[in-house]
Amino acid sequence: MIRLLAMRELRSLFSQPSTWFILALLQFVFAWFFLGRTETFLEIQPQLTQLANPPGVTAVVAVPLFNTLALLLMMLTPLFTMRLIAEERRNQTFALLLSAPISSAHIVLGKCLGLLIFLLLMMATVPLMLWSLAIGTHLDQGLIFSNLLGLALLTTSYIAIGAYFSALTAQPIIAAISALITLVGLWLADMLATSATSPWHMLSPLYHFQNFNSGLLDNRDAAFFVLLSATLLILTVRKVQQRVD
Amino acid sequence: MSREGALSADARTLFDTSLHIRLYFTLFFIIHSGALILANSEVTLSARNLTRRFGNQEVIHDLSLELRRGEVLGLLGHNGAGKSTTLKMLTGCLPPSGGGITVCGVDLLKNSCQAKQHIGYLPETPPLYRELSVHDFLTFAAKLRGMAAKEVPAAVTETQQRCGLESVSRKLIATLSKGYQQRVGIAQAIIHRPAVIVLDEPTVGLDPAQIRDIRALIRELGNSSSVILSTHLLSEVENVCDRVEIMQRGKLIYSDSSAGMKHYKDVSGFTLTLRNPPPLAELASIAGVQHVEAISATQFRILHTAETNPSSALLTLATQNNWQLEQLTPLHTSLEEVFMKITDAESALTGVAR
Repeated sequence: MIRLLAMRELRSLFSQPSTWFILALLQFVFAWFFLGRTETFLEIQPQLTQLANPPGVTAVVAVPLFNTLALLLMMLTPLFTMRLIAEERRNQTFALLLSAPISSAHIVLGKCLGLLIFLLLMMATVPLMLWSLAIGTHLDQGLIFSNLLGLALLTTSYIAIGAYFSALTAQPIIAAISALITLVGLWLADMLATSATSPWHMLSPLYHFQNFNSGLLDNRDAAFFVLLSATLLILTVRKVQQRVD
Repeated sequence: MSREGALSADARTLFDTSLHIRLYFTLFFIIHSGALILANSEVTLSARNLTRRFGNQEVIHDLSLELRRGEVLGLLGHNGAGKSTTLKMLTGCLPPSGGGITVCGVDLLKNSCQAKQHIGYLPETPPLYRELSVHDFLTFAAKLRGMAAKEVPAAVTETQQRCGLESVSRKLIATLSKGYQQRVGIAQAIIHRPAVIVLDEPTVGLDPAQIRDIRALIRELGNSSSVILSTHLLSEVENVCDRVEIMQRGKLIYSDSSAGMKHYKDVSGFTLTLRNPPPLAELASIAGVQHVEAISATQFRILHTAETNPSSALLTLATQNNWQLEQLTPLHTSLEEVFMKITDAESALTGVAR
């Protein structure tokens, strides 16, 4: 049932022209940024060789690229999550799901999974670009893997946050803006807390992504993402169960 | 004396035995015919004492209804009477604030997934994913309702046929006309052959030919399943429903068979147009006429008892006396008026303006 709903979500996404438009623009941005970083690397390569322990191509190209991707994701995810439940409510298609023999948890998980697959597909070109460098040089696969894992966890938590706001309202635009403000707010809370030990850092998904970004796999970061996603998904399911049309 | 007494005692035992046998057979028949009746009209949907509050406002008050297999029930009411809210609760789309709902013997509120398998629901606005084609959408709907994957294609084909959708099967729902979209809405509600079909104003926005088709389809569905439909069109109730429940301000105020309601509306009488009318007293003296009233110089309203119809006597007299009969129309209070009468009476009773 979850798979059926996820596939439906994907089909609907891909049948909208706006999705393809956003996809095309994003691929352009990714490629541009990737080329820019590669060029920078080629320029500074002679200076790097003089260092005792120089950063490799993965650290110079991949790490900033994934970092930018994480920031972009913060702005982009609300645009996609806003539709999840709010639009179904607005178009009155939610009754189809509510009167079907499936639980609210299935509805929420199916929809979120569909969107997660979509966003991962959207970002899939980035590691492909990076692996294309493997033709000419040696890549730090571990670093790329930790970034990919971190990005997947980050995306999941963003979707969970977006889905919750989408379940609160029947107006997709309100869902998008509230989710965006929440994500930016969490990021700002992290950025504006000057003290390194400030508890505000702990609240920000992007702060927890930093360790993955630099190739450090920490249980605490992974646990943070899992807990955040699970909590918000449960809240969303509860909201759907109440079914305030 | 003693011999006679012995005989009579024998006779009494004989009589007792035969009584026992007869009693046994009678009971046997009662029990079995009872079982037969129950099997014929199994209760598919029952709602007990449903209430629903939105904030402090109670919109549905203590509503109970029962639906049997093979029955089409019309839920009739003004806009805002609470029909859609009731149907939302019956399909599990809106949890009631109080009361219980059972679908095919399964509690909808406790075992919602199991109970919802027996429900097909068409809301006020058909729930359609406009970006899918009719075929894909129906396939999705069938799987969503838990049909086995190998049964789905056959069910989709059959349902498309029933709802007249074969010609638009590959078209996107967004490109279909309102009538076709409504049919897709009905198709998704019946594709999994549910025992209870709930249709919220199924013929709204359709043209007369489509309305006729849909009504025929609903009648057909009513043979194998139970159908409950809400409407504010009285003709729909007359044509389609076996039973009608009238709803006003969140309460069921009147319940009868559709035929019973028709009976309600029959008023015995007719209007008569005579170009050369006799005096009023002469019309009143015809046997069976209870009351004559002149509408204009040539038009009269005649009321008679239900048992005796004076129209044939009147026709004979009209030709004999050259009254020049032009028109004779039986009086029909429309179902509309009956409905208004019932709802108005209820308003007067509760002392609230409608």
